[in-house]
Amino acid sequence: MSSMIRLLSLLGILVAAVVQPALAQDAKATFATLATDNYADIEKGIGAIAESGAPTAEAVLNALGDNRLLYRPSDKALFYKDASGAFHDAATGAVVTPAPTGLKPVRLNNRVRRAVEAAVGTLTLMSPEAAKRRQAAEAVFRSRDAATLPALAKAIAAERDDGVKQALRQAQAAIFLTADGIADSDRIAAVDIVAARGDQDARSMLIQVAGRGSPVLKLAAETAIEAIDRRLAIAATVQNIWYGLSLGSVLLLAAIGLAITFGVMGIINMAHGEMVMIGAYTTFVVQEICRTRFPGLFDWSLPVALPLAFLVAGGVGALIERLVIRHLYGRPLETLLATWGISLILQQAVRSIFGPTNREVGAPSYMSGAFDVMGVTITYGRLWIVIFSLFVFLGLIAVLKLTPFGLRMRAVTQNRRMASAMGIRTPRVDMLAFALGSGIAGIAGVALSQIDNVSPNLGQSYIIDSFMVVVFGGVGNLWGTFVSALTLGVANKFLEPYAGAVLGKILLLVFLILFIQKRPRGLFALKGRSVEA
Amino acid sequence: MMTRQPFILTLIDGKGRIFLGILVAVTVLVAASNLMLPPTSALHVPTYAVSLMGKYLCYALLAVALDLVWGYCGILSLGHGAFFALGGYAMGMYLMRQIGTRGVYGNPVLPDFMVFLNWQELPWYWYGFSSFPFAMLMVVLVPGLLAFVFGWLAFRSRVTGVYLSIITQAMTFALLLAFFRNDMGFGGNNGLTDFKDLLGFNIQAQGMRVTLFSVSALALALGYLVARVMVTSTYGKVLIAIRDAESRARFLGYRVEHYKLLAFTVSAMMAGIAGALYVPQVGIINPQEFAPANSIEAVIWVAVGGRGTLVGAALGAVVVNFAKTWLTGALPEIWLFALGALFVVVTLYMPKGILGLFQTFTRRRRADDGVAGTPVPQPAAE
Repeated sequence: MSSMIRLLSLLGILVAAVVQPALAQDAKATFATLATDNYADIEKGIGAIAESGAPTAEAVLNALGDNRLLYRPSDKALFYKDASGAFHDAATGAVVTPAPTGLKPVRLNNRVRRAVEAAVGTLTLMSPEAAKRRQAAEAVFRSRDAATLPALAKAIAAERDDGVKQALRQAQAAIFLTADGIADSDRIAAVDIVAARGDQDARSMLIQVAGRGSPVLKLAAETAIEAIDRRLAIAATVQNIWYGLSLGSVLLLAAIGLAITFGVMGIINMAHGEMVMIGAYTTFVVQEICRTRFPGLFDWSLPVALPLAFLVAGGVGALIERLVIRHLYGRPLETLLATWGISLILQQAVRSIFGPTNREVGAPSYMSGAFDVMGVTITYGRLWIVIFSLFVFLGLIAVLKLTPFGLRMRAVTQNRRMASAMGIRTPRVDMLAFALGSGIAGIAGVALSQIDNVSPNLGQSYIIDSFMVVVFGGVGNLWGTFVSALTLGVANKFLEPYAGAVLGKILLLVFLILFIQKRPRGLFALKGRSVEA
Repeated sequence: MMTRQPFILTLIDGKGRIFLGILVAVTVLVAASNLMLPPTSALHVPTYAVSLMGKYLCYALLAVALDLVWGYCGILSLGHGAFFALGGYAMGMYLMRQIGTRGVYGNPVLPDFMVFLNWQELPWYWYGFSSFPFAMLMVVLVPGLLAFVFGWLAFRSRVTGVYLSIITQAMTFALLLAFFRNDMGFGGNNGLTDFKDLLGFNIQAQGMRVTLFSVSALALALGYLVARVMVTSTYGKVLIAIRDAESRARFLGYRVEHYKLLAFTVSAMMAGIAGALYVPQVGIINPQEFAPANSIEAVIWVAVGGRGTLVGAALGAVVVNFAKTWLTGALPEIWLFALGALFVVVTLYMPKGILGLFQTFTRRRRADDGVAGTPVPQPAAE
């Protein structure tokens, strides 16, 4: 089969080589049809040019659409101007110097414009690039111009890419369904092909068909619509779950550091959001250096920013703990106020250094783009953030469960005085825990810089959500934080379609306020004496 | 043996006498200077400054309300800005209804923003706000009711400490989001503004400004007295006991949640009144007043002045806001640094605020004179 095609294409090249001069003559005649004032003639000419397969056809048609096509009334020669203003001969594409004189533009009206669009569409159906062909097929699917049927048939026969071929078939089926004078059997077959798309476009088209076709066709269309509805419902659910998980993983990233400081030291760190902000700005600085010094290493900016953000935010956290928080142990409400003051200072400092406007943080190549699963678009950026947050979460669990530091930290969480009596230096553990929590917030900042605006207010927008996550999940319990972040994320996304984004959020806040009345210590409360401290 | 002092002397102690004296003096002097002295006089207080001071007095009332719950009952509310804003909105709704046909669209019933949003009739919750007494009732009732329901739920299930602070913050945040929505019928993002009349008098007029300022001073004095009555009574003693050792007070047989609920509700009503007086003086109320940052800022006023003193709260509110007006005008870059540093320094080095510093100073002097100072109740650690 493939050798056959190769043979045929070889033959094609040979034939083309032989008939080239003859074609050029033909083309000249074809193009001359546009050199007129008569709209009907121009419209006919457009079709002829599109079918001629001349190499300059696309350029000429595009020029016509943009009002850059001119003709010389004396000899009906056709020229098009390119972006730089140079004149090309329509038949050969060669630059004409000196610029020809006495030219008149080829006139356009809406009918002509439509014809140009359709013709360009058919031309790109044969484009050598698969992506362009697919785009053209989609365009035909939407326009459903019956005039493109012959071109479509030709394109389907020549197409070798399965995906594009399917798109072309769908476009053809769409025309079958809407055009007049198509046999019922063809239409019923077309219903199946269109239904296979399974999206809103296909659905609305089938509804039209069901409204006016023969009984058999109607039945086929209605069954197809039901199938599409089922599929769409599943896709919507899957989409909500995915968006919810995606939001949940962002909440998890923002809250998990807080869960540590709040859990271990029982203090409310109002400056936690600013640690996230510091992480995001670290990413920005790393990327700026990458851009100016090592443009080739841009894709490495995020892996480089991660440890740096951890160190910077962790360092700032350790400093805050040493200078302020250490002096306020046993006074959680005062700590809350002091850390709020620190958050104001950090915000203003960043505003003074980097300016109050949003800074641009770019996405490396592996973070951009998207793919489809069951009709749900999943962007790589979101996917990476979900994976990354899971990774951070598991890493943190590992630190807490497997390292000596984690052991000490858990001991201090459960019973500070007993831990101290056993020889654990609790002030040191406090400082390290605070630095760890802040560092993780910094890492979260790297991830959030990819999906949010990097501005001095970045942290503020996450602080209340983070508290809600931690309190809902239960203080001092990382798994609680995990479950709570994902639950709140998914719940938020499922509420959104019914209540709207803002009202959904309000409902969740009210729910949380009520929930805390019922279970003041969260979903998974720590048990034991430490609770009633 | 202590001889029982006359009630009025326990109610208004030394600090209180100085505070009320200064308040009355300032009010009379400012009003007189604005109304009687010619604008060219060096001692003339311009009308904008009168309104500015009126604004400070409203903040002071909010601070006194906050001190009542935080300083005497240990409830750190990060949502008092919400009660303040609700009172403000109730007043704003009355003022909106007074505009009548003078709005941009000239609709006699609907405020401009509703006409703009193509609303056909007034939502039910706007009914009655054309009446001043009803609006004033709502100024007190709406924040009071919210505080009552919220407090009843929270105190009954013994939500205390930082958890309570977080959920009060969530409450004001939820209200912020809600009032931003256009469908709520409170003017959305822009809030309520373009007020014309209050009780038939032009709100921009000099006389009205001075009146509003004087009423704010009166409200502050009354608020202070109400709070004083509460904290000097037996009820107040129990309140302080709850602040210092909640479980012990409960085991002694006191219904802790009832005591807390009363203080919280009264405090919210006072905040509502402060908001209602604030709105006509600044001429606008918008959802930004619900921002959690505002509520926390109010807490720092109390901390700066000295929590658990009432007078200190009022003092702190005036001092901090004066500094804010001055700094945001002179050195806008510095203001957030200064405010942030204030939070840190006050919590670290001045746990009893300005008044605490002052008291330590006077007590030392009295000790030098060989007179033992009266024991001052120490706000206990949480």
